[in-house]
Amino acid sequence: MIEDFLKLLPYLLQGMVVTLKVTFVSLSFGFVIGILLAIMRVYGGKVFVIIATIYSTVMRAIPVLLVVLILYFVITSIINLPAFWAGSLALAFASGAYQSEILRGAFLSIPKGQMMAARSIGMTRIRAIRFIIIPQALRLAITPWSNEAAILLKDSSLVYVLGVPEILRQAQYFSARTYEPFLAFGSAALIYFILTFITNRGLEAVQRHYMIPTSLSNV
Amino acid sequence: MDLIEIKDLHKKYGRNEVIKGISLNVKEGEVVVIIGPSGTGKSTLLRCINLLTKPDSGEIWFDGHNITTQGVNLDHVRQKIGMVFQDFNLFNHLTSLNNVMIGLTKVLGMDPEEAKTKALKELEHVGLLNWADHYPGQLSGGQKQRVAIARSFAMGPRVMLFDEPTSALDPELIADVLLVMKKLAEEGMTMLVVTHEMGFASEVADRIIFMESGHIVEDGPPEQIIHHPQQARTKEFLQRFTALHSGLHNNSKND
Repeated sequence: MIEDFLKLLPYLLQGMVVTLKVTFVSLSFGFVIGILLAIMRVYGGKVFVIIATIYSTVMRAIPVLLVVLILYFVITSIINLPAFWAGSLALAFASGAYQSEILRGAFLSIPKGQMMAARSIGMTRIRAIRFIIIPQALRLAITPWSNEAAILLKDSSLVYVLGVPEILRQAQYFSARTYEPFLAFGSAALIYFILTFITNRGLEAVQRHYMIPTSLSNV
Repeated sequence: MDLIEIKDLHKKYGRNEVIKGISLNVKEGEVVVIIGPSGTGKSTLLRCINLLTKPDSGEIWFDGHNITTQGVNLDHVRQKIGMVFQDFNLFNHLTSLNNVMIGLTKVLGMDPEEAKTKALKELEHVGLLNWADHYPGQLSGGQKQRVAIARSFAMGPRVMLFDEPTSALDPELIADVLLVMKKLAEEGMTMLVVTHEMGFASEVADRIIFMESGHIVEDGPPEQIIHHPQQARTKEFLQRFTALHSGLHNNSKND
């Protein structure tokens, strides 16, 4: 058993690197999409609001696996991208919709007076969003965003259908070759657990670091 | 030429007309206090002046320019018109120092070191030099409002608008804020102040304007408005107002 596990481990570690890459790419592209959509919905004109709302509603209504499959074929029919990139971008488009909802909620919970005060000293709308609203909204968004990061880390396993050699794919290869599905998939699950745990703890630390002091005891 | 000239200003929210044709001139260096029952458009009037709220019709001339025509750079105009809000609206993620600095660096494009020196000077001006590194959440209401005044004043405005600056404060914190405002007035700042502080109005104002239901009912020197109001409505308001507040005022004087 131990011997088999040691044989399995290098495959899973290779897969882990791919999983982390997929997660990183889709999370960061998804963040860019999400923040743009959120700004469009909260601060944009009517057309922007409609476009962003439709995008978010449609994306969140379709299973992520289906989004990945559809976008993979759409993306690769336009440009010849490797499965890794096509899969990661597809996940990013889906995650962008979820992240936009998180960020929209954060934007909406910043009191209106913040924008008014920024405009009153002559800041442009864009600068007010950039220097006053976003720094506060991101702090509020960290907790729900950590949740999305953890979900995306796990959803990155969906690109296995495109043949991207991430953790799940590697586990499946191993299981097919050795007929030890429990060991293969169980170990994969363990790695996901560890990664998610570390991610959550890391983001909690980030949140604590950026917390705005509110009482004298925090000085 | 007056610093601010408002001509026949109108503003509606939906079907509710809040400002029903206001004309008003303010000279450079003048301190004008606006009083009146709540919901009569005093705050809306102030917000129209720096165009945080767009008036429906009428003109506002600021420093010889019509700022209600198309193509005016509003961000540029607003740098010159400071505003202090009832609920302070300090930037919650920034220290007092950075609250004052951010307009200098991000709006006026001042060099950070220079901006810091100026911001510290402004904090000293409002008596809060020792609180430069504190966040809004660590300040009392009165301190927050003084930081807000410093933030607005640092931009070098030609006029400052105060929208009920002490209404959200505990009685014992009001005095410090009024003192800073009085200091600004004495230094020659042009000020429009919406307030219920009649003591401040009678002492500091050059003119008091009584507003009711979107109209200016009476406009005159404090002596006239407070002691010899010409309009029955002004008289009525002040009588009701003093009856309501005299007890409170006596108490706070005993503190």
